[in-house]
Amino acid sequence: MIARPVRTLSSLVAVLLATACTNSFEIPIETPIRAKLDVAAFQRVLVAGFIAGGTEDVDGNLETTRLLRSQLRTKSQLRVIDSDVLPLVDVASEGRDSGGPPTTPPPIKEEKDLEAYEHVFANVEYWKKIGEEYQQPLIVTGTVMFTPLQRNSIVQREQEVYDSFGRRRVVPVRTYMERKGFSLDGRFIFIDGRSGATLHSESFGEQILYNANQTTPALSSYFELMDRLIPTFLSTLSSQKIKGTRILLQ
Amino acid sequence: MRTAAVPLVLLLLTLVSVPLQADARADAKKQVEFGIAVAQRGLWREAIYRWERAAQIDPTYAPAHNNLAIAYEHEGDLAKARAAYERALELEPGNALIKQNYELFREINDRTTGKNTQ
Repeated sequence: MIARPVRTLSSLVAVLLATACTNSFEIPIETPIRAKLDVAAFQRVLVAGFIAGGTEDVDGNLETTRLLRSQLRTKSQLRVIDSDVLPLVDVASEGRDSGGPPTTPPPIKEEKDLEAYEHVFANVEYWKKIGEEYQQPLIVTGTVMFTPLQRNSIVQREQEVYDSFGRRRVVPVRTYMERKGFSLDGRFIFIDGRSGATLHSESFGEQILYNANQTTPALSSYFELMDRLIPTFLSTLSSQKIKGTRILLQ
Repeated sequence: MRTAAVPLVLLLLTLVSVPLQADARADAKKQVEFGIAVAQRGLWREAIYRWERAAQIDPTYAPAHNNLAIAYEHEGDLAKARAAYERALELEPGNALIKQNYELFREINDRTTGKNTQ
């Protein structure tokens, strides 16, 4: 956590030194990124729901569906369908239990628990039926695992020290720290509402760690992590321009 | 007689090639400068033409490749941008500015190539 600003600072110093010695010009650029998926055939998008697990503090299915719908509404050409979020865990359980008495789906605590439900994404007939119901949209679904993390590791941080003359210095100190946070892993799956077939699937994984004494609500961490994933998600469906600056050399 | 002439010819060739190289660098530099001026006005196609010329005139001139990479990035041609950045870094591996540009490019490129895509 501390090592990163130190690295950034040292690379900034190196760049400043290099700039002073070379004829260089900063220039703004906009990198156009083509969408990974051709969605020209669709006019609507249905964020159907997710198989979610991990901590019970955040309803991964509801929150992810709500967030993706609101992002698509403002940043995509597709019309977003408002509908109830599909309880995919129940749907997957029903499919598995067919013939026998209904059972309560086991809780999804770890990534391996998802395996029991993943067959629902390959159920072409089910998705085709959903597609027919909503006028054959592009369907977005997938898995979301939002789990608490705890790590004990050596962290470099800056510490103020004063010498015998009372002069202040900041020195890097390596300390063993307990850190807590969350990880957000899963998969976005894009299904053709006309055929029920999977068009594209993309895995994701992000982590965030805080000092153990810091109290951050699970929902805030969830949104912080989703914030990092949204650009990747959107770039699957729509072309984007990423703004930045580069240095031209003479 | 013929044997004695060989070193002489080599020496002459060396003497002639040094100013030629210097000329090539000066010409390439002019193209690069012009490219920068037009890029700053938003004329990226013209800038690409100038920097491609510079790289042809003096293929060892790292700034031409660096600038080309930036222009390709701006045009969305990420494969060409990567190749040009890598050539620039091959020529000047210690150049912090080229390294910084390349790192920023890679951040975008990694995000969009979808390593986890199936």
